[in-house]
Amino acid sequence: MKYIVKRLGQSIFTVFAVVSFSFGLIRLLPGGPMDYLRAQIMEQGGSGLSPEAINRRIEAQSGINPDEPVFVQYIDYMVGLVQGDLGQSVWYGDPVASIIGPAIPWTVFLTASALFLAFTVGVSLGALMAYKEGSKFDVGSTGVSLVLNSTPGYVVALLLVAYMGYRYNVFPTGGRYNSALDPGFTLPFLRSVLYHGAMPIASMAVVGFGGWALSMRGNSIRVLGEDYLRVARLRGLSTRRIALRYVARNAILPMYTGLMIAIGTVFGGAVIIENIFAYPGVGFYLVKSISARDYPLMMGGFILITVAMVIGITIADLTYGWLDPRAKGGASRESY
Amino acid sequence: MSPTDGESPDDSETTPDRDPTLGDNREDPALDAIAGNDDAIDPETVTDGDRESGSPAISGHDYTGRAPAVGDASDGSSSELRSDGGAPSEPNVSEFEQMADVSLSKNERRRQWFDEKILAPARIVWDDWRARFGLVVVTVYLFMGLFGPRLVAAPSPNQGPRLLGAFRTLEFPFGTTASGVDILSQLVYATPAMLLMITAGAVFTVALGTATGTLAGYKGGRVDSVLMTVTDVMMTIPGLPLTIVLAAVLEIEGNPIVIGVLITINAWAGLARAIRSQVLTLRDAEYVEASRIMGIGTPKIITSDIIPNLMPYITMNFVRQARAVIFGAVGLYFLGVLPYNSNNWGVMMNAAVNRAGATSSPAAFHWLLVPMVTIIVLALGLTLLAQGADRVFNPRVRARHAKTVESDDDDGDEDGGTGGATPAATGGF
Repeated sequence: MKYIVKRLGQSIFTVFAVVSFSFGLIRLLPGGPMDYLRAQIMEQGGSGLSPEAINRRIEAQSGINPDEPVFVQYIDYMVGLVQGDLGQSVWYGDPVASIIGPAIPWTVFLTASALFLAFTVGVSLGALMAYKEGSKFDVGSTGVSLVLNSTPGYVVALLLVAYMGYRYNVFPTGGRYNSALDPGFTLPFLRSVLYHGAMPIASMAVVGFGGWALSMRGNSIRVLGEDYLRVARLRGLSTRRIALRYVARNAILPMYTGLMIAIGTVFGGAVIIENIFAYPGVGFYLVKSISARDYPLMMGGFILITVAMVIGITIADLTYGWLDPRAKGGASRESY
Repeated sequence: MSPTDGESPDDSETTPDRDPTLGDNREDPALDAIAGNDDAIDPETVTDGDRESGSPAISGHDYTGRAPAVGDASDGSSSELRSDGGAPSEPNVSEFEQMADVSLSKNERRRQWFDEKILAPARIVWDDWRARFGLVVVTVYLFMGLFGPRLVAAPSPNQGPRLLGAFRTLEFPFGTTASGVDILSQLVYATPAMLLMITAGAVFTVALGTATGTLAGYKGGRVDSVLMTVTDVMMTIPGLPLTIVLAAVLEIEGNPIVIGVLITINAWAGLARAIRSQVLTLRDAEYVEASRIMGIGTPKIITSDIIPNLMPYITMNFVRQARAVIFGAVGLYFLGVLPYNSNNWGVMMNAAVNRAGATSSPAAFHWLLVPMVTIIVLALGLTLLAQGADRVFNPRVRARHAKTVESDDDDGDEDGGTGGATPAATGGF
């Protein structure tokens, strides 16, 4: 319980640190976003406006009032963020929260499915490889896993777009769902979502599972040599119980910390994948904001991606105790 | 038995000469240690010890620590030898003998060092086809980066026909772009900046991650909690989005070193965490405690006792980071969110897709495919090299290769290599 409180406090602190950091980037950098925003407003026909009016516009767009002293700006910015005010997008003209907010579930959908697929396929394949260690299947799968592990996700995505998208027209090359359908929990809509998400998810999952398979294979082989396994066999436990409770559990545990780092990698990778498939998730808007020089949108996207990732990592961290009873003690944050 | 014995500089060949000497000086603790070493030098014993302790321990400064002790032993023995009569009868001869013994052991030590540090790793790497492949690939890319631009003509528009396919003519083996630029030439001219970027990013991550991790793990207490809080915060910030934001806000130039560091801006945190948990298991090892009691300072203990033991892990992470920099840099250049002032594989892909529609038109597909294959081959080479490096640091494999060049008969080592080279397997366990 104490551990959970501590862990949650740490997550909140992380979000706080990231938000403060983004405030610093926007506000304190000379020649940075604030100056650019001012220049942009002047250019958009705001040159006739009084300085106060320009400042008011800057405040509306970035959530920061340049008239006030820095610490007041900082507090205002923080209060605004807590209330869900991420400023206003320069490019779209809408509040950032109303642009990025609806995009978040889509990004989470992509990354979570890809991570889940890669992990389950990888672990199963790895276990199978360890079971048939030294066989042709093992050697072949190890080779394939190594090559896939050395391939970036966007390469797979580009190949999929080129072949499955354009050349054979199997899958759509962009969008989140068929726009002719009404969003809702109807079967055609969900099918359309899966149909459009298949290629982005596949391109992230395909490059991910090789690494998991290799880890699982190595760990399983190590566990298979342990003494407690021999004892388990001598006790006459069923093969199924040995495979699941003894080998799989002990082999997967060390990979769980890797899962947390993988969450970050997948979230980062999604930025590129979403752009290749023109999939309007958070990463899509993030890159759009860079090319449009839309700083409020950029910072909003960055903050929300971080929050989503912090939540994911916190969940993974807290469930670790459920998987590994030894970590429940709470005294040690460390898992060695 | 002290685990430091594994790195003993003097080996069994000199043992017969010194054994009787040492036996006579049992009361001297320093000599006791040496006598202990002589027992331990037998590779079988060393291997057993390592297997038992789980992690092979290597100490950097035991070498220099022991060298004078050997000298002392010989000096002390000269008088002892004369008195006990077990050694040559004439005192003068024994002194000559002693001189010869020292110079011989030095010479031998040099040979031993060469054999241990250069010959054996080279044999191990060359013995394994994966590591051999990795080494060849990395060498080819290094050659391409260092000498390529001098051998290949610089890329310029209208060098050849437009959108010539790959492997059609000898003049343009990888074909040409939509504006008639030689793709091979672009590829080669992009390599130096890429290598610089990779090195900068990997060095930055490994140096910062190792420093933070070892300091936090070894010091403990307040230093540990402060460093780990910073690390945890950095770890939960998504890397690529952070790079994108920083690159946009900081208005950096296209300097490859700056970009390499920027891409791995928070990758050090994960490494620091993993290294810390490994240091925690090392900090209370007997030989570290011995160094502490001897009054050796923290920096010296960290660099000599702790870090050598982490070298396999650090090397693997160096390679893994190098791969991450390639993936990240090419991906972000492909998106067009990083500034550039020279050719780049990612920029080539971007141009292929956005200018020639390489994903939808087969005529331009080679323009996209060539840089993609370039990345994959380099990444694969690095992965395989990391596995080879893992074997080099495995004391069991090394002991076998230090003695004779024999083909592998032990599958266990290869399993360790594969398992260790993958992302999660070594993470903190």
